[in-house]
Amino acid sequence: MGAELKPFHVTEEPLESAVYMDYVTHPGAGAVTLFAGTVREWTNRKRTMYLKYEAYVPMAEKKLAQLGEEITKKWPGSRVAIVHRIGELSISDIAVVIAVSSPHRKAAYEANEYAIEQIKKVVPIWKKEIWEDGEEWIGGQSYKPEQGSGQE
Amino acid sequence: MIHLYYFAGLKETAGKAEESLPWEAGTAADVLQWAKNTYPAFDFSAVQMAVNEEYVLETEPIKPGDHIAFIPPVSGG
Repeated sequence: MGAELKPFHVTEEPLESAVYMDYVTHPGAGAVTLFAGTVREWTNRKRTMYLKYEAYVPMAEKKLAQLGEEITKKWPGSRVAIVHRIGELSISDIAVVIAVSSPHRKAAYEANEYAIEQIKKVVPIWKKEIWEDGEEWIGGQSYKPEQGSGQE
Repeated sequence: MIHLYYFAGLKETAGKAEESLPWEAGTAADVLQWAKNTYPAFDFSAVQMAVNEEYVLETEPIKPGDHIAFIPPVSGG
């Protein structure tokens, strides 16, 4: 799939992180950070059976591409790929892959974290948790983590 | 006509992913009010709107042919 790889993509297909790591790697890069967001089984004592993601695909891909542009401006010399899977995902499936390369490692870490934070704020993608005894669209209104952040 | 798109909980409440609406002139706020009246069971308080795939304020003019999406709080990642 190397020839047809879309660096800012929303897809129902399983994500292969190595493909995106290869995509951002180039001779000018001295560091690559690869983030994979995976489906967690337990959240605040609730057991997730599986997740269902949906997206406003054309806008989500546009927002991911805009985010990529923003990152390459903010961290010069970086190269970015961001892909998100939608549909039904099982425990430990990869939901999102963010690959960032940069000349030095600090920018690669910073830009990668910036990317996931922006995705959670502005990219039109939604997650539904399906439990043994119910289900709920996640997204702030009625869902409040008991403590801390880092709930991705 | 304008084209409306629903997602996540709003899609379930509306029972459909999209629909078209006759339209001559107005703002995003007018479209939002129509949706609130049409789907009173859904809480629109945190919903943002996008016109032709860009977020807009409620003052945004809406023209026939526009694609309008209601964006509940996102939860990707």
